[in-house]
Amino acid sequence: MIGAERVGAAAAEPSEAIRLEGVRKAFGGDEVLRGIDLSVATHEVICLIGASGSGKSTMLRCVNLLEPVDGGRILLWGEDITSPAVDVNAVRRQIGIVFQSFNLFPHMSVLRNVTLAPIRVLRMSRREADVRADELLGRFGLADKRDDYPDRLSGGQQQRVAIVRALAMQPRIMLLDEVTSALDPELVAEVLNVIRELAQAGMTMLIATHEMGFARDIASRVCFLDQGVILEQGPPQRIFTEPREERTRRFLQSIIEAGRM
Amino acid sequence: MLGGGRAVVVSTVSTIVFFGLIAAAFLFAPGSAQVRQEFFNLHDMKVALVGDPSHGVFSVGEAFLRNIEMFLIGEVLILALALLIAVVRQLRGPVFFPLRLVAIAYTDFFRGVPLILVIYTIGFGIPALGLRVVSTQSAEVYGLAALVLSYSAYVSEVYRAGIESVHESQTAAARSLGLSQWQALRFVVLPQAVRRVIPPLLNDFISLQKDTALVAILGTVIEANRAAQIYSSYAFNYSSFVLAALMFLVLTVPLARFTDHLIARDRRRRQAGGGR
Ligand SMILES: Nc1ncnc2c1ncn2[C@@H]1O[C@H](COP(=O)(O)OP(=O)(O)OP(=O)(O)O)[C@@H](O)[C@H]1O
Ligand SMILES: [Mg+2]
Repeated sequence: MIGAERVGAAAAEPSEAIRLEGVRKAFGGDEVLRGIDLSVATHEVICLIGASGSGKSTMLRCVNLLEPVDGGRILLWGEDITSPAVDVNAVRRQIGIVFQSFNLFPHMSVLRNVTLAPIRVLRMSRREADVRADELLGRFGLADKRDDYPDRLSGGQQQRVAIVRALAMQPRIMLLDEVTSALDPELVAEVLNVIRELAQAGMTMLIATHEMGFARDIASRVCFLDQGVILEQGPPQRIFTEPREERTRRFLQSIIEAGRM
Repeated sequence: MLGGGRAVVVSTVSTIVFFGLIAAAFLFAPGSAQVRQEFFNLHDMKVALVGDPSHGVFSVGEAFLRNIEMFLIGEVLILALALLIAVVRQLRGPVFFPLRLVAIAYTDFFRGVPLILVIYTIGFGIPALGLRVVSTQSAEVYGLAALVLSYSAYVSEVYRAGIESVHESQTAAARSLGLSQWQALRFVVLPQAVRRVIPPLLNDFISLQKDTALVAILGTVIEANRAAQIYSSYAFNYSSFVLAALMFLVLTVPLARFTDHLIARDRRRRQAGGGR
């Protein structure tokens, strides 16, 4: 639904949306990403799994240029976005990111949260931005919340607003960082359904998640991150049923023992 | 613990006794009659309020209005200048380094030097320079300039504390939507920061309201020939001062109460919100 026009335009797009080549990132002396290589095709849904601290969030933040990389490069549709000459704001316009902690703007209504960037960055008229925002909010069951402030919404509703806010910029890629981790269990499904809908519409997505069941049915590919490198990747059926690496097996075992799969 | 009813009785009685003792001490003190005559003389207060030009008596009421005018103009200038300084201090990136340095030096200087010294330096120093226009302003203008310079330094720190208190994930969210550093500050961080610092800002303005009186020091010295004619010197009576003090209190006390009210409301909201 969302990407109707996008799917139509897909033929003209180069098929590689994102490419990471030997991406390195350190905080102080602490090497968090130690050479990440990854190629993401248009319309692909990649799920990043891995233990806490393995570098999933850092990787997503690097792709969105919220963190400068220390080595390697990141290509967005063939353009090197880690070169100093690149227009950071223009890059970010094409990439939506949703965080674990929603990060809605508490001093603005839901509608204004959604329209801020279209009005200020895309220079859309307020009226046009409102119309588009209402359309998106309606699509995700948030029409009656448009004039509420974020603190009046449930966690699930807040996270859906955060997703709508990112979509309002009409990004070509979405990065989702453990978007359900801060939610009560009964609110997880409503957010996952929104993401499913995005996937069906052909949105290219990079999703860091601890929801293995979700990763299994949504991902076109699962990447297992371990100590700053992608240790193993492949279709979800294979990764979850016959992992090749001992570490992957142990990680999945610990997840099963924790009752999360 | 005391029961509710009993607590009310005890506090009522102790309040009556406490203020009764103070009143008695005042009324039966040896110099009481003279103090009442000299500090609380209604007739003298009335004369001081409206002024009496035929005796060369300035009106405390008029002076007070001029004070409020200075306070209002000063407040607007301070709010704007302080915000500018706080924003400059917040700008990241090497390009802004010199500006940032100037802003830091400014706040350090004017927060370190006593206000009275700034008033003297500007009020007597600038006229002494003998420049055209700049050196021929009235005492009020110099006084106001001194107040604005000094207070902006304090108020910019208040703003800054507010900016710092907005979590950096808010900036990240704004930047990730494609907003520039300036837009993130302008539309996301500052509106939240300013809301949070309104109570401490009001506190600073209670002080400003009183400190506008310091400007009178300039007035009395610059216009020395007129100083001999102020009411207290001709009638030798301090009622005009008491009147002026009362008028300050009329303004500052409600402002202080209002500030308390806002702080309390904020705290209640935070507790109710459970830190969300
Ligand atoms: N801004 C930062 N400054 C210093 N260290 C950081 C910073 N951000 C992340 N780290 C460190 O980098 C490592 C990887 O963190 P990251 O958040 O990328 O892991 P993650 O895989 O997302 O983990 P989780 O599943 O807990 O979200 C951690 O050891 C973390 O402490
Ligand atoms: Mg993370």
